[in-house]
Amino acid sequence: MKTTWLIAFWLLLVSVSTLLEPDFLTIRIVNGRFFGSLIDILHHSAPAILVSLSMALVIGTGNIDLSVGAIIAIAGSVTAVLAAYSQLSPYLILACSLGVGLICGLWNALLVAVLGLPSFVATLILMVSGRGIAQIITDGQVVTFDSDFINGLGNGHLWGIPSRVLIMGAFVLFMVVFIRKTALGLFIEAIGANTRASYLAGVNTLGIVVFVYLFSGVSAALSGVLLAADIQGADAANMGLWIELDAILAVVMAGASLFGGRMSLLGAVMGVLIIQTLTSMLLISGFPAQYSLVIKALVVITLIIAQSESVGQKLSRLLPRQLSRRWCPQKPREEL
Amino acid sequence: MTDRKFAPVWATLFIFLMLYGAGAYHYAGFRDLLVLSNLLTDNAFLIVAGIGMTFVILSGGIDMSVGAMIALVGVLMGTMLNDYGYHPLTAIAIALLFSMIAGTFVGILVAVFGLQPFVVTLVAMFLYRGIAYLINLNSVPVSHPFLTMLSDIYFPLPGRGGVSIIVLVTGLLLVLGVVLAHQTRFGMNVYAVGGDRKVAYLMGLPVIPTVIYVYALSGLFSGIAGVIFTLYTGAAYPLAAIGVELDVITAVVMGGAMLTGGVGLVVGTFLGCLVLGIIQTLIAFDGTLNSGWTKVAIAGFLLLFLLLQKGSVRFLVRGYPDQAD
Repeated sequence: MKTTWLIAFWLLLVSVSTLLEPDFLTIRIVNGRFFGSLIDILHHSAPAILVSLSMALVIGTGNIDLSVGAIIAIAGSVTAVLAAYSQLSPYLILACSLGVGLICGLWNALLVAVLGLPSFVATLILMVSGRGIAQIITDGQVVTFDSDFINGLGNGHLWGIPSRVLIMGAFVLFMVVFIRKTALGLFIEAIGANTRASYLAGVNTLGIVVFVYLFSGVSAALSGVLLAADIQGADAANMGLWIELDAILAVVMAGASLFGGRMSLLGAVMGVLIIQTLTSMLLISGFPAQYSLVIKALVVITLIIAQSESVGQKLSRLLPRQLSRRWCPQKPREEL
Repeated sequence: MTDRKFAPVWATLFIFLMLYGAGAYHYAGFRDLLVLSNLLTDNAFLIVAGIGMTFVILSGGIDMSVGAMIALVGVLMGTMLNDYGYHPLTAIAIALLFSMIAGTFVGILVAVFGLQPFVVTLVAMFLYRGIAYLINLNSVPVSHPFLTMLSDIYFPLPGRGGVSIIVLVTGLLLVLGVVLAHQTRFGMNVYAVGGDRKVAYLMGLPVIPTVIYVYALSGLFSGIAGVIFTLYTGAAYPLAAIGVELDVITAVVMGGAMLTGGVGLVVGTFLGCLVLGIIQTLIAFDGTLNSGWTKVAIAGFLLLFLLLQKGSVRFLVRGYPDQAD
């Protein structure tokens, strides 16, 4: 339901952009590569989409992962340092970076699932220390490197499509099949809705929460590799800064509750695309760049208020009963 | 029970004294009273923002907009002083009024619309920073004869230390915070709402107004923190104080508050801020360590503290078998 609204809103943004700039929808082929604003938007939103999708899983279980930005910084720094100072093969470097992401995810999983700390503070630990660790890895420098394979991941293209977009597409496809075509998605939402009941019903709650954090760690690391590849370097202090907040906003815009139990994968993708399209639209329309943050904040809060339950209930009173039952499902009032 | 309530505070105090002791043992300069008075001056804005955040976290919410509010208040003050020639006191009053009204709006969104505090305050954070960008993109000096006079007020202590006006104001606000939390009806309501919102509602407590006041209070205290930060740095910059909200949350958690609400003390937050400050001072005294180690050390102590807290909670609920798991 809510995803439909998001897609409609995105189409609205695209139409407004097309009115402002008739070339917006045009996709040209230059030197065998696709070029155009839409491709640009996809290219820029790839790292955030990777992070948002796995954030949707974490939020689905009723937890949160604040450390993804820090994991991006660590994985990006590892990629840059290995590529710059070692003779390892690029595939091995990629494996090492993803492995570091796995270790970070394991750390979060240990704190949340095994020690039972609240996920907000548990992942805050890695969020605070992660950038410090990345600074220690790069020794506080911006490390630059030159590697054809890794460079290709960030800026290359295959069949005319940017490799980043291909990687993102494969990731989205994998997620949708893996989460929605198996029982995993159901288990994740069950844990978010009621952990104890799911445990008693025989769901491996511990295993699934561990899996979700591992997955979040690895996809953040992949995002970190892409971001490092993009600029052929790693800036430990600024890489992926605040990406976790963007990801959480995208997931919440898609109608997920931070208390868990609900998630929408496609919605999370649409959330990121809406924010990125809005940014492009503001740039095209010639707005001074400093306005963009205010406008983004206003659009996001409007979307969130429009979806809130109390607004939904007030709206439902205005609509004819048959429509309101369909559009504004009521929740029991007792949940104050 | 009252003794147990203070257990996390004693633990934080112990960690602080341990760190101070380690510093005093290794570096002769550390024993100077100047280190302590600088610790208070350098972290004054953190402590003030922490008092507001403590109330929010006690009520079961969170405020991610603190750092952005600090920057916005600075930019507002800078513009009013430099471009419009307002007297600093007028500028401060307007800025604080603004921060309180903004906090009230956040509170209404949380309490009346039932939106999640994390999300609302996150959007507020983007909004405040965005407004700060709109007003001024550059770092501008904030200076005025009156402000210079204020920062010249200094009560020297034995040694080379002293109490500046910033520290005095922080101390007053700390006392105010403690009184507000423990001696007023509002404070009791905050604990009740954070402990169990539904029970508080059924008891007939004004749940929605309390939540609105809590965010207005946090807005006001972040505003005061912004004024202190601006006086301290002497400049207004829209990118200032990025990520300060996380430092503040870390300090509140180190002070023994629980993010689920209902448990925590204002004094604990004060000590938590001092622990953060002294870790930075220690790393600065060492001089050879990469600044990344500050963050790693802070996170390490945060973890240590959470584990201690976890243990003590187990201990507290042991008497209630149906809650123990």
